Amino acid sequence: MRLFAQRPCAILSGALLAFVVSIAVASPAPAATVKILNVSYDPTREFYEEYNKAFAVHWKLKSGDTVIVNQSHGGSGKQARSVIEGLEADVVTLALAYDIDALATQAALIPPNWQQRLPYNSTPYTSTIVFLVRKGNPKNIHDWGDLIRTGVGVITPSPKTSGGARWNYLAAWGWALKQPGGNAASAEEFVRKLYKNVPVLDSGARGATTTFVERGIGDVLLAWENEAYLAVKELGPNKFDIIAPSVSILAEPPVSLVDQNVDEHHTRAVAEEYLQYLYSPEGQDIAARHFYRPRDTAVAAKYANQFQSIPLLLTIDGAFGGWTKAQATHFADHGTFDKIYGQ
Amino acid sequence: MVTVAPRRVLPGFGLTLGYTMVYLSLLVLIPLSAVFIRSFGSGWGHFWEVVSAPRVLASLRLSFGASLIAASINLCFGLIVAWVLIRYSFPFKRLIDAIVDLPFALPTAVAGIALTAVYAPNGWLGAWLKPLGITVAFTRLGIVVALTFIGLPFMVRTLQPVLDDLDKEVEQAAASLGASAAQTFLRVILPALWPAMLTGFALAFARAVGEYGSVIFIAGNMPMKSEIAPLLIVTKLEQYDYAGASAIALVMLVLSFLVMLGINALQSWASTRHGER
Repeated sequence: MRLFAQRPCAILSGALLAFVVSIAVASPAPAATVKILNVSYDPTREFYEEYNKAFAVHWKLKSGDTVIVNQSHGGSGKQARSVIEGLEADVVTLALAYDIDALATQAALIPPNWQQRLPYNSTPYTSTIVFLVRKGNPKNIHDWGDLIRTGVGVITPSPKTSGGARWNYLAAWGWALKQPGGNAASAEEFVRKLYKNVPVLDSGARGATTTFVERGIGDVLLAWENEAYLAVKELGPNKFDIIAPSVSILAEPPVSLVDQNVDEHHTRAVAEEYLQYLYSPEGQDIAARHFYRPRDTAVAAKYANQFQSIPLLLTIDGAFGGWTKAQATHFADHGTFDKIYGQ
Repeated sequence: MVTVAPRRVLPGFGLTLGYTMVYLSLLVLIPLSAVFIRSFGSGWGHFWEVVSAPRVLASLRLSFGASLIAASINLCFGLIVAWVLIRYSFPFKRLIDAIVDLPFALPTAVAGIALTAVYAPNGWLGAWLKPLGITVAFTRLGIVVALTFIGLPFMVRTLQPVLDDLDKEVEQAAASLGASAAQTFLRVILPALWPAMLTGFALAFARAVGEYGSVIFIAGNMPMKSEIAPLLIVTKLEQYDYAGASAIALVMLVLSFLVMLGINALQSWASTRHGER
């Protein structure tokens, strides 16, 4: 299994395939086919397509069984609600812990301490919030402070409807806190000015990207780093630049088993391994290839040149006291975000 | 004396009524009663707090106001489209007739993306409108445009069969009796069309009130300005506030029902009045 530590080349995978076939032929126990469902959020589609293939090979090698991983993608909150209302997910891989918390608080599908079950707060890969600007950076945008200048149009989805966009809001708040003399009042004032410059509040990240890229609205798109790189890769590097601010937030999209469902489906072992394997060098490498920041230091070193360095990355737990508190303070009804729009 | 039930041509009133009640209950009443029950899940206080919030009121005003405007626009221009398609023959008539159905058949998200692409400041039409100081995409105007778009087939398709039934001789008779063109239209044609126009209006309006997919892309979604009520329902759900979401849904349900009831009353008044003449 450690063979996977190296980057698979043709010979190696050929040898592996032969090994898998020989095991399948030689082993007396009949190989079974198991199916699991991974309910994830929008931009992970291509990442998990590749990861599922690698995991199928790994699981065949380990257990002799064939595993078919079905994927479901959509807005993070909507996906969580589907699982609460009965979508039979074996594992969930969502954009923020708040949405997985809901599986525990709204439906008791998972234990409340789910985030302690896997390393790094159950977050095998991370990202951060960066700026996507038009080629050549005509509005000279380099840090959060530039976003509140008059005449700068900022595109970001509504944090009320987009889980991913809550990270954007908190990153802005975090930068303001870290400025000389920064406090809650000055941070609130800063985000108020920032959202004054937002001409369109899309309901999700994909919509915001379309508004910025296709409609040509705004001068800067606040985006997850992996989505910004994907946009540049798909649309061509001659159209957009990625700007890393001085302070941002470590976006942690966590993963969890859905205990009640795996026990019903008798898929706990394979689902557990599915999540564990995300932390393996192979899983980390695939994540990095899809522009997520890997946790594994060796893989991180390998891909170090791919990511811009951001001097200070705040964490949701360290700077905001966890999601439950952040949600109540900022995004619930009458929270700081509602106050911005005069409620 | 034994009273004999009046004989019907087709028997089975009891069976069909029973079937109707079961069918309506399963499809309509049971899901809607779930909205009622859920909206009061956390008590009257929460319900009132949700539905009386300024942002919710603003979104309800916008949703119902924009839907009324859009249905009114369709009332006028849908009539013209139906008239042309029924009364005249011209090349590619069948094709144009089929195009009318497109807004109905298209996935709403596709409609929203297409409209936004056209009306955005860098779009085909948006680029022309921009120098005139008119912005459509990401404003309330954009919402009306999207709702008019999706409502059009309802008006045209409701009016077509009625127009088809309307004899041309009636118009000729009116003319021979000395009525002017305007009089013929206002006193002869319009009264015959009123019930169908109201039905089309009601259908277009009802569709527009509940519309989410196409509006969300073109609206801009700014709180208090261009945020429709269905978006606020989604917003509440995003916070796992099921009771709050159902509360807004319930208000929309009751308002829609009242409007429909009003339109139905108007319609039966219009058709009796027409029938008496």
